Amino acid sequence: MAKNTTSLRGKDVLGLKDFSKEEIRLVLDTAKGMKDIIHRDIKKVPALRGKSIVTLFYEPSTRTRTSFETAGKYLGADVVNVTAGTSSIIKGESLRDTLYTLQVMGFDAIVMRHKAEGAAAYAAKVADPVIINAGDGAHAHPSQGLLNLFTIEEHKGHLEGLKAAIIGDISHSRVARSDIQGMRKMGIEVHLAGPKTLLPRYLFEEPGIFVHDRIEEAIKDADVINVLRIQLERQKSGLFPSMREYARIFGLNEKRLTLAKDDVLILHPGPMNKGLEISPYVAYGSNSAIQEQVQNGVAVRMALLALTLTGGND
Amino acid sequence: MDILLQGGRVINPATNYDCDTSVLIRDGKIADIGSDIEAPGAECIDCSGRIVAPGLIDMHVHFREPGQEAKEDFLSGSKAAAAGGYTTVATMPNTSPAVDNAALVRSLKKRAHDIGLCNIEVIGALTKGRQGKELAEVGDMTEAGAVAFSDDGNFVDSARVMLNALDYLRAFDKTIICHEEETSLVEEGAMNEGHRSAMLGIKGRPTVAEDIAVARDILLAEYADARVHIAHISSARSVELVREAKRRGIRVTAEATPHHLTMTDDVVDYTDSATKVNPPLRSKKDTEAVLQGLLDGTIDAIVTDHSPHAEEEKDREYIYAPSGFPGLETAVGVLMSELVQKGRLSIDTMISKMTKEPARILGLDAGDISIGKKADVVVIDPHLDWTVDASKFYTRGSHSPFVGRKLTGKSVLTIYNGRIVMRDGVVTV
Repeated sequence: MAKNTTSLRGKDVLGLKDFSKEEIRLVLDTAKGMKDIIHRDIKKVPALRGKSIVTLFYEPSTRTRTSFETAGKYLGADVVNVTAGTSSIIKGESLRDTLYTLQVMGFDAIVMRHKAEGAAAYAAKVADPVIINAGDGAHAHPSQGLLNLFTIEEHKGHLEGLKAAIIGDISHSRVARSDIQGMRKMGIEVHLAGPKTLLPRYLFEEPGIFVHDRIEEAIKDADVINVLRIQLERQKSGLFPSMREYARIFGLNEKRLTLAKDDVLILHPGPMNKGLEISPYVAYGSNSAIQEQVQNGVAVRMALLALTLTGGND
Repeated sequence: MDILLQGGRVINPATNYDCDTSVLIRDGKIADIGSDIEAPGAECIDCSGRIVAPGLIDMHVHFREPGQEAKEDFLSGSKAAAAGGYTTVATMPNTSPAVDNAALVRSLKKRAHDIGLCNIEVIGALTKGRQGKELAEVGDMTEAGAVAFSDDGNFVDSARVMLNALDYLRAFDKTIICHEEETSLVEEGAMNEGHRSAMLGIKGRPTVAEDIAVARDILLAEYADARVHIAHISSARSVELVREAKRRGIRVTAEATPHHLTMTDDVVDYTDSATKVNPPLRSKKDTEAVLQGLLDGTIDAIVTDHSPHAEEEKDREYIYAPSGFPGLETAVGVLMSELVQKGRLSIDTMISKMTKEPARILGLDAGDISIGKKADVVVIDPHLDWTVDASKFYTRGSHSPFVGRKLTGKSVLTIYNGRIVMRDGVVTV
């Protein structure tokens, strides 16, 4: 294989739309080595020693924030966490001023989660440190898209030519949008399904993206199924009639799973509503890679931090 | 001092006049029009190669008084108007508090008069506090000088309230200016619903929200045999609805903005709220339909929907930033560059939709430079190349999607009430 001469040094990670196939390949290949570090007895390498990273989270998160923090620490960086509820943000400080404050403290990277679509791109425009988007509204969650690709490749050995189904609440899902961008770049055919109320109009005007009214059609012969989380407030706002009906008609259960390929890989970005979008049998079954995704998330985030802060060669 | 505008192309749509000639201004009036005017002592201004037209009228601006002076006030707004070639504007009542009573209308009229840079007409709120519940005192406001009524910014959700308003206003022959977006379909929406919003994950404001609202208000106007004016029309289907309504003789008029005529949601950059506006920038199909509507007379007037906001309000996350941007200082340049010079809109039609037509809709004695009329005049240089630079704006609003745009064509002289208020881009008062 030819050496990948791509460099991500200094690149803001805002969405996979801005990533070339070669850049995604570099992250996935780098993450393989990073995963080995997680399995060592002494989980510490000096790749980012002397670098400082701040996680700036305007929305609650367990796994993504912890995952970035852990990734930074395994690589020897100093990591500080700022959350909206315990900072000047509740005093009404603007995003620009918060970013300036963190910038002058000398942080090399700001890992940011925000409710507003485009907030990370705005941050990249106003602040100098590397901005890593850890989720901006329903727009993008690039590290999740990358860890999904990493997990798929680990199991399937390749990405090109696979058929993936993404089912559930596409409208409100940054994971779905990052999956679509990442999977299409890597040659995966994407099938989307869910209640029409949770599928945005006009998303599918691009080749390689298919939309279905029923999940049965989407998961037929699928190599991968990514089940999206259904937020409980969606039912309250009238987007579907009841949890019970959702689970019965749109949930992924063992019976529906038989429509997919025998070795279909089940992904879920978490946190799960077991019994709603996914049955426990499927979530914990032999096809599920949901727990692996979490570990792979640390490896992929290590790769992203190393590649953007040092180029990965130091 | 008398002013002689020498040798320009004088376009006066009110009288279907379009000739190379001269215009003499004396005592605040148009004193003479002709090519051999003798005017000793008059200031002669060479207008050759330029267009001399009635001062422009914008029947849809937001000057933010009272209560939102960080965004704009009557002075900064008046300067922006003068700079853009406008001599009459009509301000929307979505202020804080809303302009929903005669005392406020009177105080704003007085304030405009004291500033004296342009004629500011006042549009009163249709309902108390713009809440869409109870009619505001539209009769009192009419007597105080309000020229139209609107809850602009909000759709009047209740069809009953709208019908009552149409019926009640018949006694005063004032039009209702309707912001047409069915509320339940645009809540939280921050841009047009389309491929771009779907990819960005930003909640959309679909065209059907506008179409439903336009259809309802046309039906109510027909039922009540009353007048409605559709504000800032932006959707292709809505243009069709208005076209059909006019064909049926329903008393509906409509306006469109330079941005809805020339820009699509392709320009939305979600790191810069300059493109955020309601109704949102639509698709190519919609902008084309709005232009067709303008050309075939479905759409009567061109307005800017001049909506400045304070820097700190616009400089933030796209979906949290307020909607709207200033337009008075860019309208002529944008329309000339994007439409007139590309042969898609004649200069006569453009000027008609910015003078005679809005005057007719609001019932104003303006937009006409016949002899004896008030001397509100603009001189436009159709060949002037310039670049939109927010630091040169007179408005307080700086976030405009036209910033950085290279344009050809600009208002270079504004005369209000016989007095020069802007010369070569500089407001002279």
